[in-house]
Amino acid sequence: MYPAQFEYHTPGTVREALDLLGRHKDDAKLLAGGHSLLPAMKLRLAQPKHLVDLRKVPGLSGIKEEGGTLVIGAMTTHYQVETSPVVKAKCPVLAAVAGQIGDPMVRNMGTIGGSLAHADPAADYPAAIIALGAEMVAEGPKGKRTIKADDFFKGLLTTALADDEILTEVRVPALAAKTGAAYMKFPHPASRFAVVGVAAVLSVDGGKVGKASVGVTGAGTKAVRAKGVEAAITGKGTDAASIQAAAEKAAEGVDVQADLQGSVEYKSHLLRVFAKRAMEAAAAAVK
Amino acid sequence: MATARLLGASIKRREDPRFITGKGNYTDDLKLPGLTHAVFVRSPHANAKIRRIDTSKAAKSPGVVAIFTGKDMTGVNSLPCGWLLPELKIPPHMPLATDAAHYVGDPVAIVIAESQSAASDAAELVAVDWDVQPSVTSTERAAAKGSVQIHEVAPDNVAFRWQIGDGAATDAAFKSAAVTVKKRIVNQRLVANPMEPRACVARYDDSTGEWTLWVTSQNPHVHRLLMTAFVLGIPEHKVRVIAPDVGGGFGSKIFLYNEETVCTWATKQIKRPIRWTSSRSEAFQTDAHGRDHVTDAEVALSKDGKFLGLRVKTTANLGAYLSTFAPAVPTYLYATLLNGVYEWPAIHAEVTGVFTNTTPVDAYRGAGRPEACYLLERMVDAAAAALKMDPADIRKKNFIPKFDNGYQTKVALQYDSGNYGAAFDKLLGMLDYKKFRADQAAARAKGRLMGIGFSTYIEACSIAPSKVVGSLGAQAGLWESGKVQVHPTGKVSVFTGSHSHGQGHETTMAQIVADSLGIPMDDIEIVHGDTGRVPFGMGTYGSRSASVGGTAIVMSLDKIKEKGKKIAAHLLEANPKDMEYVGGNFVVKGSPQKAIPFGQVALTAYVPHNYPEGVEPGLEETSFYDPANFCFPFGAHACVVEVDPDTGHVKILRYLAVDDVGNVINPMIVDGMVHGGIAQGVAQALWEEAVYDRDSGQLVSGSMMDYTLPKADMLPFYETDRTETPTPVNPLGVKGAGETGTIASTPAVVNAVVDALSGLGVDHFDAMPLTPERVWKTAQAAKSKK
Repeated sequence: MYPAQFEYHTPGTVREALDLLGRHKDDAKLLAGGHSLLPAMKLRLAQPKHLVDLRKVPGLSGIKEEGGTLVIGAMTTHYQVETSPVVKAKCPVLAAVAGQIGDPMVRNMGTIGGSLAHADPAADYPAAIIALGAEMVAEGPKGKRTIKADDFFKGLLTTALADDEILTEVRVPALAAKTGAAYMKFPHPASRFAVVGVAAVLSVDGGKVGKASVGVTGAGTKAVRAKGVEAAITGKGTDAASIQAAAEKAAEGVDVQADLQGSVEYKSHLLRVFAKRAMEAAAAAVK
Repeated sequence: MATARLLGASIKRREDPRFITGKGNYTDDLKLPGLTHAVFVRSPHANAKIRRIDTSKAAKSPGVVAIFTGKDMTGVNSLPCGWLLPELKIPPHMPLATDAAHYVGDPVAIVIAESQSAASDAAELVAVDWDVQPSVTSTERAAAKGSVQIHEVAPDNVAFRWQIGDGAATDAAFKSAAVTVKKRIVNQRLVANPMEPRACVARYDDSTGEWTLWVTSQNPHVHRLLMTAFVLGIPEHKVRVIAPDVGGGFGSKIFLYNEETVCTWATKQIKRPIRWTSSRSEAFQTDAHGRDHVTDAEVALSKDGKFLGLRVKTTANLGAYLSTFAPAVPTYLYATLLNGVYEWPAIHAEVTGVFTNTTPVDAYRGAGRPEACYLLERMVDAAAAALKMDPADIRKKNFIPKFDNGYQTKVALQYDSGNYGAAFDKLLGMLDYKKFRADQAAARAKGRLMGIGFSTYIEACSIAPSKVVGSLGAQAGLWESGKVQVHPTGKVSVFTGSHSHGQGHETTMAQIVADSLGIPMDDIEIVHGDTGRVPFGMGTYGSRSASVGGTAIVMSLDKIKEKGKKIAAHLLEANPKDMEYVGGNFVVKGSPQKAIPFGQVALTAYVPHNYPEGVEPGLEETSFYDPANFCFPFGAHACVVEVDPDTGHVKILRYLAVDDVGNVINPMIVDGMVHGGIAQGVAQALWEEAVYDRDSGQLVSGSMMDYTLPKADMLPFYETDRTETPTPVNPLGVKGAGETGTIASTPAVVNAVVDALSGLGVDHFDAMPLTPERVWKTAQAAKSKK
C-alpha cells in the first residue's frame, strides 16, 4: 500500500496552485481532504507525478452569509458544514447531508470542494447541491467563473471543471420562506456512501407545492435532477397520494447502474422509496 | 495469604494496556539491521498459464536487492496438506507458481528491495507473459460437465467424495415418514479479516546457519514443522519461529502460507533479513477464506413433529489448492455436528470437495460447525413451518434429554455432557416469548414486519484426542504442552503451547496458575508464541486453549505441588503424605501452624542445603495433555428483527444468548468472545460475502468499501446469560468459548427474518447474506405467488 513516487507541492495562494496546474497539466492532482485521492494512490490506481496540496492556501476554508447566500470555501470540511450555526439556520438540510457523509474521521478530513470536484457517483453532497440550486465558483488562468449545479456533474468522476481550474467556493442559496428541504439516503453498509440518496426542496403555499427541486445521487453514474418528480409534484398537494404519485417518476432519466448493492430494478425501486421519504420530510419541514 | 477464588472472576485483561496504547509488539513493528522489504508479484487472472516471466527491467529498478521466481527455488517442495481423506487428490501447491496460476492473487515472484516503496515500484515492472485460460469459481458448477479442468490430478475438479452416517437407515426413515421437508442451503464464502494483516520477517544468520522467522501464526511450532520438514528440507532445530503479538486470526493464521515460506528460503539466498506485510487488498485475495457450501438438505418427520431422519448432500468449495487443514473442515468438523442437540434415528451426509479458481478455503472461526448449525437450525424451522408447529415447541420435542457423561450421536461423536432444554428454557424466560408473539401480531396488524428466530446449537471444541483425529486423517497430534518454571524468588513463568492472538491468555492462564498456587497474578508471567522458549505445542484454534492448554498447565502445577510437599515436609520434619497445599502454603494436615510458604519452598529447591534425599533440585515441570474426548459447548440464541417492507432492510431489535461453555474462568473474557462471535455470525447472515465475478474470476468484494464487516452501530446491545454444565473431560471442567457466538448466531438471524416475512408467504432464503435486495425480492416473489 505504498503510492508511486510523486513530488509534493504546498502552494501559498490560489495563483501559485494554478501555476503548478498549468505547468504540470495532467501529471498534477489537487489534494484537498485526501479521502478519495490518497486511497486511490495507495492502490496505485492514481499515480500523479505532482501532488498540489491546497491545505496551506489561506481563504479557501470557512462559511459566511452574503445577501441570502451561503458562501462556503471549497476546503471547508464536512464537519464544519455539519456544525456551522449559519448553515443550520439558513439551510439546515445541507448540515444534515454533511452529517451523513462517511464517519467522523472522514467528516473531519473530507472537504465540500474535494467531494464535489471528485464527483463520486455515490457521494451525498451532489444531490443536495442540485436540489438547492447551488453554484460552484471556479478559478482558472483567465479568472473566475460560476458554474450552476445542473451543469456541474458531467459523468462518472467528471465535472465541468477544466484541467487548469480550481474549485474555490460553493454558493448555496438560503432556503426561501415557506420552503422545506430534506435528504434521505440508503447507505451502503460498508462504505456508507449512498446506494441511493434523494434531496428534495419543496416550497409550499396554500397547501400546494409552488416549486419543487429534487436531486438524486447513488444510483447512476452521476447525480442528476429528478425532473419527472419535480413536474409531477408541482402544483399538487403534499398529501400521501400526490407524493407517492410523484415519487414514481424518481428513476426516470437516471442511468441506473447494477452493482453488488443492487440490480437496476431494485435501485430504481429504492429511488422511488427515497424520493417519497425525502418529499414527505421536506413537506413536514416547511415553515 | 488465602485470596478469593480467581477462577470465575472478571479480571481485566493484563495485555490490554499495551494493545490499546499502541505499545504492542507486532511482526511489522520489528526493526532489524539490514532489513529488506518484499513485495509479491501475483496473478491478476483466475486461471492462466505462465509462458515467461521477465524480471530484467524490474531488476534495474532503484533499490532492488533480488528478484526470485518459482524456477529459482530448486529443491523446494509443495506446501503440504495436513489432513488426509481416502482417495484425496492433492495437486501441487508450490510456494511460487511456476507453470500456471490458479486464482487471482496466486504469487509468482518475490521482489526484494531496500524499501517497501522501491519493492512496490519494481514489482510493477515484472513482466509476466500470461496465457489466460477460462476459469470456474462457482461451487455448484465446478464439477459440472464441461467445466474447466484445473488440476490434472483431480478429474472433474473433485478433490474427494466422503460420507458419514447410515444411508440405508436414513432411506428407510424417509420412506416411512409422514412429512418430509427439502431445502437448498447455501453457506456463502467469507473472508476472515483479522485486524492485523499477515506478516513475516525472516532472518538467516550466516555465522550460525540458523534462521529466525517472526510470523503472524496461531501455532508457531506447527508452522515450523510444516515449513522445515515438508517444504524447505532444512533442519527443524535450526529454525526459531516467533509469533509475537498477533492481532487476530479467526483461523486464517493457522496455515502455512506461500509468503513466509518464500521469505524463509530467500533470506538465505541474500543473507539479509526480509520483511513482508500483507496489504488489506492482498489479505482479501490470499488469506484462506471460510465456508462456501452448497447443500441439499432433507428432514423426515412424524406427523407430531418428531425427527426421523436427516439427509444431507453438500458440495464444498476448497478453492484452487488444498490449504493446510482444508479437507477436515467440510467433513469431520462439519458433518459430525449434524446431529445437533436433537435425537435422530438416522442421519446420512455426503460431501464432495471441489477445486475452483478461487482463494483456498480453510478453517474460519467455527470451521464446519457454523455450516452444520446453520443447516440444522434452518431445517428445524422449515420443518416446524411445514407442520405449522411453533419453532420453540419442535425444538423441545426433539432435544436430547439431560445427561452427565456421554451421549452417542448418529455421526461418530460422543457428546460429553449436556442439558439443552435448560438453556432454551432460560432463553425463553429472558425473552418473554408469549408476550413477543402478542406484540408481533399487533405489529403485523399495522403492517410492521417483526420476526423472531431461534438457534439451539452445539459445537465440538477443545480439539482434541490425537488418536481419534489421527484415525480420521489428521497428520498431527492435537495435544498441548504446558511448562511451569518456578524461579528461586517464588515468581513463576508459564510456557504454553497455545497462542494468544486476542483471546486473553496472559490473563486467563495466569488466573488458573494464581488460583492453583495461591500466589498473586503479578508474580506470574505467561509465555507463548516462541519455539525458542516454549516446548513443542500445537497452538490455538478450535476453542482449545483453556481446555487443552489450560489442563496441561494444571498437570504441571500438580507436579510442582507434589514436589513442593516433599521439600516442605522435609523442612517441617513431617511425612510428605501428611502435607497439603492451602492458600499458598504447604501445611501439615490438621496442624495449620506448621506451614511453609510457597516462596520458601521455591528458594529451598534452588538452594538445597537442607533438602530431602533423592529429590532433584530445581522446581520446574512440563506436561503434555492429550484429552480423552472433545468438549461440547451448547446453548440457545434468539434474535428479534424488524424488516422495512419498502427496502428489505433488516434491523435487529434484540439479540439474546444463553451459552453453556462449562465452567467459566473469566466471565468478562468469555462475554467478550461471545459478543465478537455473535457480531461475526450476524454479519454472515446479513452482510458479509466474498463475491467472485463469474466470467473473470475476479474477487469483486475485495475491499473494506465493498465487503461489509459489522460495525458497532449495526448491532444491538446483546442480552447474554449462561448455564454451566461442567465437562467431565478435563479437570478444569471448561468446554471452550471462542467460537460459540459465531456458530449459533447466523441461523438465529435468518430464522428471524423468515419469521418476519412468513405472513407474506416467505418460508426460506436460498442464499445468504440477507441483503436488503435479497430480502425485498424474496418478499416480492412470495407476495406475487400468493
